[in-house]
Amino acid sequence: MAIQTQHLPPGSPRGSGGVPRAKANTFSALLHRRPRLRLAALLTAPAGWLVLVYIAALAALLITAFWTVDTFTGEVSTVWTTENIVTVLTDPVYQRITLRTLWIAVAVTVIDMILALPIAFFIAKVAGARWEKLLVVAVLMPLWASYLVKAYAWRNVLAEGGLLEWLGAPIGLSSPGYGETAVILTLSYIWLPYMILPIYAGFDRVPDSLLEASGDLGAKPLTTMRLVMLPLLVPSIIAGTIFTFSLSLGDYITAQIVGGATQMLGTVVYANVGAANNLPFAAAVSLVPIAIIMFYLFIVRRSGALNSL
Amino acid sequence: MRLSRSAKVVLGVVSGLVLLFIYTPLMLVVVNSFNADRTFGWPPKGFTLEWWGKAFDSPGVREAVVSSLWVAVVATLVSLLLGTLLAMSLQRYKFFGRDVISLLVILPIALPGVVTGIALNNMFTTILGVPLSLWTVVIAHATFCMVTVFNNVIARLRRMSAGLEEASADLGAGVFTTFGLVTFPQLRSALLAGGLLAFALSFDEIIVTTFTIGAGETTLPIWILQNLFRPNQAPVVNVVAVVLIVVSIVPIWLAQRLSGDSVGVSEARVKAE
Repeated sequence: MAIQTQHLPPGSPRGSGGVPRAKANTFSALLHRRPRLRLAALLTAPAGWLVLVYIAALAALLITAFWTVDTFTGEVSTVWTTENIVTVLTDPVYQRITLRTLWIAVAVTVIDMILALPIAFFIAKVAGARWEKLLVVAVLMPLWASYLVKAYAWRNVLAEGGLLEWLGAPIGLSSPGYGETAVILTLSYIWLPYMILPIYAGFDRVPDSLLEASGDLGAKPLTTMRLVMLPLLVPSIIAGTIFTFSLSLGDYITAQIVGGATQMLGTVVYANVGAANNLPFAAAVSLVPIAIIMFYLFIVRRSGALNSL
Repeated sequence: MRLSRSAKVVLGVVSGLVLLFIYTPLMLVVVNSFNADRTFGWPPKGFTLEWWGKAFDSPGVREAVVSSLWVAVVATLVSLLLGTLLAMSLQRYKFFGRDVISLLVILPIALPGVVTGIALNNMFTTILGVPLSLWTVVIAHATFCMVTVFNNVIARLRRMSAGLEEASADLGAGVFTTFGLVTFPQLRSALLAGGLLAFALSFDEIIVTTFTIGAGETTLPIWILQNLFRPNQAPVVNVVAVVLIVVSIVPIWLAQRLSGDSVGVSEARVKAE
């Protein structure tokens, strides 16, 4: 275990030198002399929390997925079975729900990417310094304006006789109503800031001089964009996609509010925890989004995107 | 990069449209909170202050606000402590398993909320047999709020020079004195920013909360969700939503002014041109 600190190792000449020291309390002095002890003191609580609360919970979830529910008492019984997992993977109902959830998450991610790239570029590279600050706050503000408020706002927009119908009437368009399209639209809306911010931060880190140099060497803006900017931006874009993709994959509340009869993986998990009272089956279903996200994180881990989250 | 004038105009217009897309639904909620018609057809036929009065008189809303505040404050304090400790250990030391731990801290926000929710629900109810309450919500929230504090503090630590702390130690200050007099003052605004974000995240959280909250308890998002589909309560939900929009401006504005680390806004940059 290699420990690197900015402090001198114990017993170095300066540590035992002639400078008279204030009388330190012994515990503090011990910590000062022993970097490993200092590290342990810092790390124990947070690492312990993450492992004991979160990793333990995930591990327990994995185990519970192999248990079953006693049909008479409704209690979880610790009889090992792969039945839940087999059902989730082979029952066409759950296959359809998985594919639908994946499709919604991918659609949301692509829509957000298309919307975020121009505005992030505009904020970072075109707008003046004053406008830049204002625009960042303008994008950030609705990020914290309650998830529910935003989903609910779309319920109002999409409703029969709502804003969208009123706007679309003159040009012969009608509101999509509540359903899959509404879910994609609303989720794209809700997670958009999570895509704009990392991409903006990415554009912001590309030095202007690099773009100038590219221009001086004769590259047209689009060429500079493709050959200079995009490669530098990839980690930021991927960071954004992790958010939008993962958040959409686990959603069930928006599906409830504007989805009509649309079922997502989250809906199934929630229904099995609450009404159906079948935690083992809910656990088995939740392994699907875990597997998908882990697979995605595994693919993108080399891109440096995880540091831009 | 020299963009033509028309390219800039096009980009500006597209950005304007995206902002319009962002703000129109929120504005609709604001208008509907004054809408005299319960079905919120557009355009509104009349305006009223009735719903605002009802919202402020509602004991359900008040209780929910108090629970939400309590959960958010406790979760924020826990995540401030844990996030700071974690940032200091990961930034200052190289040790075996460091990468694993830095992945662990982002996992609760990288995995879908429904996963975090059911994992904790299952652990509390099936494995440990702990009854769900506001405390279990606090534990759940602190787990994913930790990362916002961690991000803010580690960004600040990266920019701080270790020289001051070395000097403090050389001058004979103990580990705690150095932290209190040298490190903490430099971290203060990053802690405030991270804490505000953690608070906002917890106050607004709904998915994990639905899985970890006790049967008799409500936080504000839970109250909103329960009342969303009740025709008599929907207008009041609009009012609560507007208040939330307005109130959420405060922490985000403050955090933005204080940190700058997270999105690099405060770093004054001289634009080429």
